[in-house]
Amino acid sequence: MDILVTQVFNGLSVGSILLLAALGLALTFGQMGVINMAHGEFMMAGAYTAYVCQQVLGDAGLSLLVSLPVSFVVGGLLGVLLEVTLLRRMYHRPLDTLLVTWGVSLILQQLARDLFGTAGVDVPAPGWLSGPVEILGFSFPRSRLFILVLAIVAVVAVTLLLKLTPLGRRIRATVQNRQLAESAGISTRRTDMLTFFLGSGLAGVAGVALTLMGSISSNLGTSYIVDAFLVVIIGGIGQIKGAVIAAFVLGVAQSWIEYSTSASIAKVIVFALVVAFLQFRPQGIFQVRTRSLV
Amino acid sequence: MNKDYLELSGLTVSFDGFVAVDGVDLTVLQGDLRFLIGPNGAGKTTLIDAVSGLVSATGRAEFAGEDLLGRKVHQIARRGVGRTFQTATVFEELSVLQNLDIAAGAGRSPWTLLRKRSGVPEAVTEAMETVGLADLRDTKAGILAHGQKQWLEIGMLLVQDARLLMLDEPVAGMSAEEKDETGRLLRRICVDRTVVVVEHDMDFMRSFAKSVTVLHAGKVLSEGTVAEVQADPKVQEVYLGPGQHSAEEAAIVLGEGV
Amino acid sequence: MTALLRSRYAVGIGFLVAAVLLFAVAPALLTTFRLGLLGKYLCYAMVAVGIGLAWGRGGMLTLGQGVFFGIGAYLMAMHLKLADAGPGGVPDFMALISSDGVPGWWEPFRSGAVTIVAILVLPTLLATLLGLATFRRRVRGAYFAILSQALAAAFAILLIGNPTATGGSTGLNNFKGFFGFSLRDPANRQMLYFIAAGVLLLMVFVAWRLMVSRFGELLVACRDAEERVRFLGYDPATIKTVAFAVAGMMAGIGGALFVPIVGIISPNDVGVVPSIGLLIGVAIGGRTTLAGPVLGAIAVAWAETTLSEQFPSGWTYAQGLLFMLVVAFLPGGLASLVSWRRRRSDTADPTAGADPEPAPAEVLAPAEGRTT
Repeated sequence: MDILVTQVFNGLSVGSILLLAALGLALTFGQMGVINMAHGEFMMAGAYTAYVCQQVLGDAGLSLLVSLPVSFVVGGLLGVLLEVTLLRRMYHRPLDTLLVTWGVSLILQQLARDLFGTAGVDVPAPGWLSGPVEILGFSFPRSRLFILVLAIVAVVAVTLLLKLTPLGRRIRATVQNRQLAESAGISTRRTDMLTFFLGSGLAGVAGVALTLMGSISSNLGTSYIVDAFLVVIIGGIGQIKGAVIAAFVLGVAQSWIEYSTSASIAKVIVFALVVAFLQFRPQGIFQVRTRSLV
Repeated sequence: MNKDYLELSGLTVSFDGFVAVDGVDLTVLQGDLRFLIGPNGAGKTTLIDAVSGLVSATGRAEFAGEDLLGRKVHQIARRGVGRTFQTATVFEELSVLQNLDIAAGAGRSPWTLLRKRSGVPEAVTEAMETVGLADLRDTKAGILAHGQKQWLEIGMLLVQDARLLMLDEPVAGMSAEEKDETGRLLRRICVDRTVVVVEHDMDFMRSFAKSVTVLHAGKVLSEGTVAEVQADPKVQEVYLGPGQHSAEEAAIVLGEGV
Repeated sequence: MTALLRSRYAVGIGFLVAAVLLFAVAPALLTTFRLGLLGKYLCYAMVAVGIGLAWGRGGMLTLGQGVFFGIGAYLMAMHLKLADAGPGGVPDFMALISSDGVPGWWEPFRSGAVTIVAILVLPTLLATLLGLATFRRRVRGAYFAILSQALAAAFAILLIGNPTATGGSTGLNNFKGFFGFSLRDPANRQMLYFIAAGVLLLMVFVAWRLMVSRFGELLVACRDAEERVRFLGYDPATIKTVAFAVAGMMAGIGGALFVPIVGIISPNDVGVVPSIGLLIGVAIGGRTTLAGPVLGAIAVAWAETTLSEQFPSGWTYAQGLLFMLVVAFLPGGLASLVSWRRRRSDTADPTAGADPEPAPAEVLAPAEGRTT
């Protein structure tokens, strides 16, 4: 029983990180079709921003709270820069965006190594996030609970934004029919830019969360990017609720298989499971059936 | 009677609760040139999507005595069912000859496929003559004019040896001469084939249809010759709105000869 | 380009020039060490030929070629380690880490014949299985790319996680002989180079025959309008799987020759990063052409060696910039510059040089409910 609760919690914890990483992708990949391999490096940038904030401000608690919005903006601005300079001209060939953004990710990683060194740096958690908290006789690490809450808040915020705000309506209209949206007076350029800002900003926030999990280094992004993309694929393209379910299922499955076998075998098994899953639902958990989407 | 005919019974297609094709019964015999008309959203394209295996459907769709539903797209194609799309889809990077050669070769053995083409298959030469693209055999399909692409698609159906041809708006965007050309082509090829045409162009329909089926909201509204359909009050109501309509009014929308 | 490919004359001259360069000029001009480096580039070029076929002609962006390369390489390395092993038949690194002896699944590879068959069969088989599992369900485009990348990630983690069987993150190295020939002897090292050069030329020949065959035309047809191919009565899954399997086999052979020539194979050569790295040469050379991927791969590998000798971190920036600039601004690669002049004089062809990718909707969705 103890093991079950611990494993499920570990899974949810891994899942919440995957979700934070995948949420931004669900916007840029799911809604816009751009395969942004630099998304992981935007997370890394968010994490290093948190590190810099702490160096400047000193106080761990204050800097954590400050770095959440600051990292959001840093990630978002990086995303906008990428969108405006390169991706804007490539929407008609989405596969190529993968390679272009891969180039960007190589450069950002090397930049991080040159700026912060190859060794990892630590961003100590504030006192109110260290140690465990007792719930119903089980003890859970506070930092992981914080990440879980952060992921849930982010999902709710993005969902409300897409559903209720004018920006959200513009994003959805542009995704569903770009030309029609344009002729209805929506500036799709601006919408694309804002979507990218939002998606990449979420990567920055995810980066801050990762500082609570351990030391950060230049390859922080590479270890999450593949799994994050798998989450979006399993969830179904452009589906936030799909991404939520997929992230938690993948997280729980991964930590459970890791527990019963080993970390290295677990990756292979999870890969096989994903391929098997796509045999039954090649479009992910939630698929939209339409007559034609020419 | 030749058994190469299309017979749909109770064909139904629904998308997440929305019924696009609702229990359609339809028979098209060999030698017929059947036009499917109807307002937007009537289910015309969905109907041929279902027959060609692109969307799943319930009911029956038989061609030449075999049920097509539940089979994969390429398996249906191998049973002699060919179709075109609203926007002409040809292989833009390949030449006219290559396009037709691919269409002619679904039954080729792996060994033949792995070798270079030597000579031009007779069916391909014939089809190039029929659709009038013989002079452009080595031109990349991507740079053909719009109408030429549509003809190339029809040519591909011919060499594919499709016995049931389903064409989705084959004359959309064509000039008057091109339309006439296409109409005469369809009249020629329908002699020993079963041809179904989805079309909005009423003039074209009137000039070349042998028979017409009107779909509305997923159901068959009317069926018969051009004149019979034009005279049908139900059809006039769908196209012109409820109430009495003068012959002139009907003629404007549905064409002369009402 | 197609016209160029179809002209036996032009291709024949190309092969002749390549053969002279590889078999006469290079050995005469280069030291044994440099010739060995060229041999290594040729192994990458073998992978590139396969990528050109799968990605350039077939539109399958595979980010997992490192896996097939790695399987070929590790199989060869296992055989070499077993052949090198002294009394007891336990390879040196295994004896150092544990006393369990040789794992059972290593045993068959004591035989050279079994190893060669496995090198030819296993990567091909894995590529076939993955191809069938994805293409039959119309998983393609971005989905396929990400799945192939996930496979590369899992493969590298699997290798690192089992040090007693695979040498872990250091990999397998320090090979002494190659099927009875000492690897210390420069003459034998030159022989290895000649084998690699011969194999590469053979692969390019095979790729050429495939490209000009009806199969090659079908493959391009699948890339540009998969749905249409299906409506003509073909199963695109089979066509794409065959091309992907050939690409996997070529990568496996490249990996197998890489091991004796370079002398080491480790997860660093087969994971996510090297797998994508293999693509840049193909992109620069011209993904849809015959010679482009080969020349691009050799040029990039040469530049990497040269640049990283002088500026260690400079190469990463250069590689990143290459990916960004070439793919964004010159999607046809350098070959599109060469054919540009020909095109101007030939026919005014507005579509040539247009990017060979399908429309966004097509790429993103393994869709079932799509009409075009």
